Amino acid sequence: MSTKNGPASKPRTIIEKVWDNHVVTEREGAPTLLYIDLHLVHEVTSPQAFSGLRERGLKVRRPDLTLGTTDHSIPTYDRNLPIMDKVAEAQIVQFEKNCRDFGIPFFGPHSDKQGIVHIIGPEQGLTQPGMTVVCGDSHTATHGAFGALAFGIGTSQVEHVLATQCLLQMPSKTYEVRVDGTLKQGVGAKDIILNLISRIGISGGTGCVFEYAGSAIRSLSMEERMTICNMSIEGGARAGLVAPDDTTYQYIAGRPYAPKGADWDRAIASWRKLATEPDASYDKRIDIDASLLEPMITFGTNPGMGIPITAPVPDPTSISDPLERDSLGKALRYMDLPSGKPLLGHKVNVVFIGSCTNSRISDLRAAAQILKGRKVSPNVRVMVVPGSQQVKQQAQAEGLDRIFREAGADWREAGCSMCIAMNGDQLAPGEYSVSTSNRNFEGRQGKGGRTFLASPLTAAASAVTGVVTDVRTML
Amino acid sequence: MDNFTTFTSRLAPLPIDNIDTDQIIPARFLKTISKVGLGDQLFYDWRYDAEGKPLPDFILNRTEGRAAQVLIAGDNFGCGSSREHAPWALTQYGFRAVISTSFADIFRGNALKNSLLPIIVPPEALKKLLAAVTENPSATVTIDLANQTLTLPDGSRAQFPIDQFAKHCMLEGVDELGYILKQEPAIAQYEAERELTVNTLA
Ligand code: SF4
Repeated sequence: MSTKNGPASKPRTIIEKVWDNHVVTEREGAPTLLYIDLHLVHEVTSPQAFSGLRERGLKVRRPDLTLGTTDHSIPTYDRNLPIMDKVAEAQIVQFEKNCRDFGIPFFGPHSDKQGIVHIIGPEQGLTQPGMTVVCGDSHTATHGAFGALAFGIGTSQVEHVLATQCLLQMPSKTYEVRVDGTLKQGVGAKDIILNLISRIGISGGTGCVFEYAGSAIRSLSMEERMTICNMSIEGGARAGLVAPDDTTYQYIAGRPYAPKGADWDRAIASWRKLATEPDASYDKRIDIDASLLEPMITFGTNPGMGIPITAPVPDPTSISDPLERDSLGKALRYMDLPSGKPLLGHKVNVVFIGSCTNSRISDLRAAAQILKGRKVSPNVRVMVVPGSQQVKQQAQAEGLDRIFREAGADWREAGCSMCIAMNGDQLAPGEYSVSTSNRNFEGRQGKGGRTFLASPLTAAASAVTGVVTDVRTML
Repeated sequence: MDNFTTFTSRLAPLPIDNIDTDQIIPARFLKTISKVGLGDQLFYDWRYDAEGKPLPDFILNRTEGRAAQVLIAGDNFGCGSSREHAPWALTQYGFRAVISTSFADIFRGNALKNSLLPIIVPPEALKKLLAAVTENPSATVTIDLANQTLTLPDGSRAQFPIDQFAKHCMLEGVDELGYILKQEPAIAQYEAERELTVNTLA
């Protein structure tokens, strides 16, 4: 992928440019050593990495390029109450100690900047175009919305980056996802990404980095671009990004960690050079016509098992490959769903509006637009979980919390919550949720729980009716 | 990291596509701050009933499974979350290799860092292996990393691909962090030449 030593004339994609700018060393027979500009750390995938540093007597090389927060196992009930789960509490206490011992800035449970890692990076202006960003979390691709190359990494690599600010990485293939045309009313970013994954499958992007391009992507807000980039991993990709433009710069300007004054002008000038050159080529490509999309929903146990909301659940007997047929059959048994008819009208027990995919202010506004002046169905438990304390404050300033409460929804503290069900927020066995999160794997939202992934609009509409609902009937 | 040597083992078949890391090790077990004990939680929700009693039919609870150091799975093994707890749980149970037609990127990287060998075989070879182990549950394979060969129960041999650096690290027991630390001068030089726009301490 690197053209550092290659012909200077080869047109490059933004993916290759960001990569080339971060090459520390390239050695024959070894992966590239890549410099990392921003490392986000959370309580769940880092403890063993800090233990490793202690065993070797190593320091964190660049605490000034590192940030810690607690999001995964933190409860979303009142922060002034003690944490009931003692194992989770021990993990959070240990994490705070690790950040303190190693000099890493920490947005703890009581900080007004606490939140899901992928929400707070952009919100604070830490995530910027052209950067390399890593986190021990597979949804790190979210930061790609800014034109950053953002990878999810394992705990060993968290240790590597803490100790050296570098990552050994093999080059990726480039995959252009072009989305052109105008979205219809009631259809949004979540529907674009669920549609992409339903087409290419959950391993369609293996070994690749997606670049999302095209007129439909250009017309999206930064928050919508983040929703799309967030789920790149669900299509199997290592990362996904959108080249920066004026929408990006306007979003970043004035945020706490954004460059200021002359630095800002210099930064913009360099960010403008990142875009893919006109003749650059990709290893793979797919085109999506945004004007044909409908609201999407998943019916199965991986994010690739998605359908337009009015389409029938597919029939396993129509599939020839035996393992594929078995997978679909197994998924439908787990979900306890018949094939051949749409999910519309299927009962729902829980609606979860939150997660790093859809817990930003625009997501909450979308949900509030539907819930305003309406009541949630008495049969449904509805949780609205803002992605960060900042989102929470903004929502409260706009009165969204009142709309949610008056509708009968539960308004919570910031965190991952029922996206991963580590903090006590979870489905009971057999329950169905419509969830704005990104994974519908077996048990993801609680052992035996069943998840339908959808947009905030679809989730809010289903909360009102108590069954899976096409939001377009309520707009 | 221990050196990875040639070995012969029985097989634990789990012929399911897209096994994600939430199945390999459910998220509620990630509240640990150590690596210890994850082997007992491997495939927990497929392996135990609601009371936590082992389900006798699940392969890891059967003698054949317990005797195996090699897991065979369907396409796209290890998709989903980046949790390294997945390879930790697999190796603590006793697995040294997983055979599939493909692996998710982050899982594959995590596995290689923990001496768990991800072996990619063509779909026909996977079918053949599954058939062989169905017919004879005590069938074995031999894995030779140095030569990148998998010897099937019928004696035939298949080559498998592996990234050369990862292979070198596994065979020689090279510690990757040690390797990166040796490049300190290059890292320092890179930092000196580049202006950074973020400072989280500021
Ligand atoms: S919200 Fe869900 S997907 Fe996002 S970081 Fe938290 S657990 Fe992971």
